[in-house]
Amino acid sequence: MRTVQAVAWKEIQIYFSSPTAYIVAMIFLALASFFFVRDLSNPFPQASMSSFFQGATIILILLAPTLTMRLLAEEQKLGTIELLLTSPVRDWEVVVGKYLASLVFLMGTIIPTVYYVILLAIFADPDPGPIWAGYLGLVLYGAAALSVGLLTSTLTNNQIIAAVVAMGILLMLFFANLAANIFEPSGLAATIITEVGMHSHFEDFERGVIDTKNIAYYLLVTTFFIFVSIRALESRRWR
Amino acid sequence: MVKQDSKSMMIQASGLTHYYGPYAAIEDVNFNVERGEVLGFLGPNGAGKTTTMRILTGYMPPTRGKVTLDDYDIVEQSLEVRRKVGYLPETVPLYTDMSVSTYLKYMGTLRQMPPKNIKRRISEVIDVCRLGDYRSSQIGKLSKGFRQRVGIAQAILHEPEVLVLDEPTIGIDPIQVVETRRLIQDLGKEQTVVLSSHILPEVSMICDRVLIINEGKIVAEDTPSNLAERLQGSEQMEVEIGGPVSQVLPALRAMPGVANASHRTIQGNEIYTIQATEGKDLRDEISRAVIGGGWSLLSMHTMGMSLEEIFLRLTTHEEL
Repeated sequence: MRTVQAVAWKEIQIYFSSPTAYIVAMIFLALASFFFVRDLSNPFPQASMSSFFQGATIILILLAPTLTMRLLAEEQKLGTIELLLTSPVRDWEVVVGKYLASLVFLMGTIIPTVYYVILLAIFADPDPGPIWAGYLGLVLYGAAALSVGLLTSTLTNNQIIAAVVAMGILLMLFFANLAANIFEPSGLAATIITEVGMHSHFEDFERGVIDTKNIAYYLLVTTFFIFVSIRALESRRWR
Repeated sequence: MVKQDSKSMMIQASGLTHYYGPYAAIEDVNFNVERGEVLGFLGPNGAGKTTTMRILTGYMPPTRGKVTLDDYDIVEQSLEVRRKVGYLPETVPLYTDMSVSTYLKYMGTLRQMPPKNIKRRISEVIDVCRLGDYRSSQIGKLSKGFRQRVGIAQAILHEPEVLVLDEPTIGIDPIQVVETRRLIQDLGKEQTVVLSSHILPEVSMICDRVLIINEGKIVAEDTPSNLAERLQGSEQMEVEIGGPVSQVLPALRAMPGVANASHRTIQGNEIYTIQATEGKDLRDEISRAVIGGGWSLLSMHTMGMSLEEIFLRLTTHEEL
């Protein structure tokens, strides 16, 4: 566990000392605030965060991979992976440590948006259920998005490729429900595609519904991508 | 030859083979390293040195073959092996945006050293590698030579029993080369060291024993002084001599230093193959004997000397 901590701590320090991470965080907050304000600027504003949550999920498709692209791709490019993996550290400890660091930074980016909740609470009387559920959903969604980026970063030593491929995978997962339209509605194919997609599992959270099915979905996706990342890192042993 | 007593053996490698796709980087490599020994892998670029080092450090398993380090299997008990090994890869990969001491602290934690030891060892290795003035410098801003020192510092930080150094003096300036070699010699007094190099004098200077590796195979194994002797001598040569075979052949065989001589006729040319006893250069004696016997020396060249050819491709001298 100490090694997971050491790997995570080192990555966290890099996040908080590198301009890339701050730029990503800044753009996230700027765009998220746009979605938040937009919702309040119509003639009949609602004291709700749902527009913010919707916006945030789309922004994260683009920004989560830029947070994770460096994690293993850079180590492979610089060759530092050789010293890392010849230390008495298990492959999963490296992967999990790095993943946790990106999760911590994402949390750090999301936390300032609580400011919007405070604003709403001061000037209106929002329904707290959908807000807390929405945040839970956003964190789970973000965790899943980061795990996709983690995997692509493990597979290449090129950070740009890692980011772009992760964005592609996330876009496909997010908009999978649109692809369901080409099949017979509520048929087997359409159901599978909708269930696999990330978007359909987020809507409940936004409405204030915490369904174990949706929590399980995001945890499953996250675990799956982390697991495959560990395997991918181990694959150098049989390549 | 070294003793085959497994108690005194730190590393035992047998039948080591590694393929990159269809291409064999090393093939059937066998060697042992004694406790406390400094072993050098000498070979031209692309001979398979780095591949061997990577296998020894547990970075990748061999396609075939078995290595034990202090009786731990390098694949099955990889973690134990990695705890005992300090490694300096050829490219000296470091985190350029960390400071020297932060980096060493990180590497110490990765190696699960107790925090107290980390602190003590960091100041020790900074001393040993003479990094004192640079402990808080960013690694990316250090020169190649200083990075090399940081690389060595991290390799010896956890007081490993085995030190694996891949081309430890490549790409640094001559004064630093001398310093680095002295450092390795000092380390070699207490630790088992395996290093690779393509520079002959370097290996002779530092190592107790040298393995010469070429195209993935070990072609010679000896002490540096014996190797130097073998380099000067020529073991087998082909000589074309004009004269009656019945006289020339017995004369050649009777010469001191000749182990064996044989004769064949190729397109009317009388070719003699002469095997010298190891370490002897007979060219001088043969030419005298031929002239002295009233025959004519038509051609002479050494042959089948893969060792010599390999040496030719090595860096055999240094310009300081």
